[in-house]
Amino acid sequence: MSNFEYANAPESKTIAKISQSYDLFIGGKFVKPKKGKSFNTVNPATEEVLAKIAYADKLDIDLAVSSARSAYTKVWSKLPAKERGKYLYRIARILQERAREFAVVETLDNGKPIRESRDTDIPLAAAHFFYHAGWADKLEFAGVGNNPKSLGVVGQIIPWNFPLLMLAWKIAPALATGNTVVLKPAETTPLTALLFAEVCQQAGLPDGVVNIITGDGITGAALVNHPDINKIAFTGSTEVGKAIARSISSTKKSATLELGGKAANIVFEDAAIDEAVEGIVNGIFFNQGHVCCAGSRLLLQENVMDEVLEKLKKRMSLIRVGDPMDKNTDLGAINSSEQLKRIKDLASAGDSEGANRWSPECKLPSKGYWFAPTIFTGVSQSHRIAREEIFGPVLSVLTFRTPIEAIEKANNTMYGLSAGIWSDKGSKILWAAKQLKAGVIWSNTFNKFDPASPFGGYKESGWGREGGRHGLAAYLESDAKVNK
Amino acid sequence: MSRIDVNKTYKLFIGGAFPRSESGRVYEVKGVNKKFIANPALASRKDLRDSVVAAKSAFPGWSSATAFNRGQVLYRIAEIMQGRSEQFIDEICALEGLSTKAAKSQVEEAIDTWVWYSGWCDKLSSISGSLNQVSGPFYNFTSPEPLGIVAVFAENKPSLLGAVRTIAPVISGGNTVVLVASENYPLPAITLSEVLATSDLPAGVVNVLTGKTSELAPWIASHMEIDGVDVAGLSKKEEEELKLLGAENLKRVFRFKNANSPERILSFMEQKTIWHPIGM
Repeated sequence: MSNFEYANAPESKTIAKISQSYDLFIGGKFVKPKKGKSFNTVNPATEEVLAKIAYADKLDIDLAVSSARSAYTKVWSKLPAKERGKYLYRIARILQERAREFAVVETLDNGKPIRESRDTDIPLAAAHFFYHAGWADKLEFAGVGNNPKSLGVVGQIIPWNFPLLMLAWKIAPALATGNTVVLKPAETTPLTALLFAEVCQQAGLPDGVVNIITGDGITGAALVNHPDINKIAFTGSTEVGKAIARSISSTKKSATLELGGKAANIVFEDAAIDEAVEGIVNGIFFNQGHVCCAGSRLLLQENVMDEVLEKLKKRMSLIRVGDPMDKNTDLGAINSSEQLKRIKDLASAGDSEGANRWSPECKLPSKGYWFAPTIFTGVSQSHRIAREEIFGPVLSVLTFRTPIEAIEKANNTMYGLSAGIWSDKGSKILWAAKQLKAGVIWSNTFNKFDPASPFGGYKESGWGREGGRHGLAAYLESDAKVNK
Repeated sequence: MSRIDVNKTYKLFIGGAFPRSESGRVYEVKGVNKKFIANPALASRKDLRDSVVAAKSAFPGWSSATAFNRGQVLYRIAEIMQGRSEQFIDEICALEGLSTKAAKSQVEEAIDTWVWYSGWCDKLSSISGSLNQVSGPFYNFTSPEPLGIVAVFAENKPSLLGAVRTIAPVISGGNTVVLVASENYPLPAITLSEVLATSDLPAGVVNVLTGKTSELAPWIASHMEIDGVDVAGLSKKEEEELKLLGAENLKRVFRFKNANSPERILSFMEQKTIWHPIGM
């Protein structure tokens, strides 16, 4: 089945005024890195260089942390909570005002379809600030301790899959609870964070409350190891999360870690199959599968396998892959050549371990980093593609006969971030939701996010929650624990 | 000639049974008067692993028992302890050298601790769960669930209360426990295990090891089936070493202040959020 022909519907780039180079945002100003080093950020859909980005090393981090510390002690911790909240409201409003610009820059820098940055990333980021703004002067009612106290300076490290949204998940609760921040965006997607620095300036946020330092993993490690940081908040791979847990093991630093996942998306025989197919597609192909909670293991009850696979393949052949700036595009570019290589390597492992690969016919652009939507059938639990996080548009299909077998297979992973359940029977959904060892369960839906809804994983998917009332606790001193 | 006392053999408590250490090792425990009291087991790595197996098999039943049921079992523990107060007082006096009055107060506080946590069992999701007002036609709620297997290092002193205030919150949330008893004063924890064995607590929900904390800590730290650790009885340095090794499976490791708190329960629970669409 071929795609419907659609006329091109490109979003205009003119709204995005990307500078040729960006400095570090420290103490309310853009400052040159001490050693003058820089790196490029590229558009993964075209491989064009978008801008030159300052590379922060230890000296720059010292400066950023001391600016955050001084903003904490002199200004932010003394500000009445009500006023603190008003700054967050201002930020939320400015993000809404500049939403189109942010969406375009996000898509150029990340490669995700403009439809997703416009309809998901940016509105949700603004919503996170709006939601947390309201908490700032209500913390004593949040049920997170009798006398909620901020921690101090928070070091935050975010990934490249939802650059601005992850920034919002980190900065909004940190500021609402009265902490100051040094945030490092991902190496391949720094632009919207630097644009956000301008938003802080426009909002009149006191200097040093938010500092943005750009760099790579070494920059991130230096931030984690800085002695004057009180807390680390990290979203990224489980491997790096464990390294962070080790490096803070002999310190008083606390941490929240949002790490990898290998979510099971379970389709029971009594599911509404057409809806389930939409959910499967959304679960794995949303954001090119660059989603820690992606539904990357499809568990099909055997008696509906043929029907689901047939419909899924038909639906996959309608996925439009290509120019992320086109408003009709469903699947954009893979974020980097490095990530593309990882996806290809794992897909090859799927072939060599005996699973059957299928992709719809689709023409991939000649420039940029691309990977066609792909499913593997005949996957067994020991296959690498059933165990390791691929972080790409690759779905592994497994089957089960009984609900108990489905749960056993779903839970057979070191991860526990999310899971999906498709069934028309309420009691079965609630039963399965209870059995699944995962922090977020989507039943008859998938990949839904909201600032009021706590997000975070069981097992090796991380520590703590982000969002909702529960996310606040991660940024406040505990009444009951020592050293927090 | 006066009657000769029948002394108790102090053994481990694993999976509801009272085995000796598989290693055949014991260590000598003396009273404050320097006189021999007992040769409790010096638990080995294998004993630890057996305890984890027992805790793992007890977890599905205990974690899915109704909260009301768990609350009754915890209350039952308090009832049985009350009846055996004298024995605990004697052991605490002999080991810790406390006055009878001070020992009695420790026992009473331990009993009341069980009662306090008993009452928490069926209130946890009321105070820590939520119905989340998301922007869309979804029913979205969050509620706490037990973590899994939690290892607890009890402080040396108070020997009984230190054990009770660490394990009571952990099991009230539905976890199962491997307790490493006070190294110097282990006897009240072993007597506590006799209470647990006769309080309707399913076998394996609490397992009690006696021995050298410093020997067991690294094995607990690196055990991949242990999900959380209360490090009350570890030194700062031992805690750091445990956290370093425990990072391999991202163990949740905490040290609490002495006061009872629902946070002691909730720290060893995970919050699960469930979404479901609303529509016709």
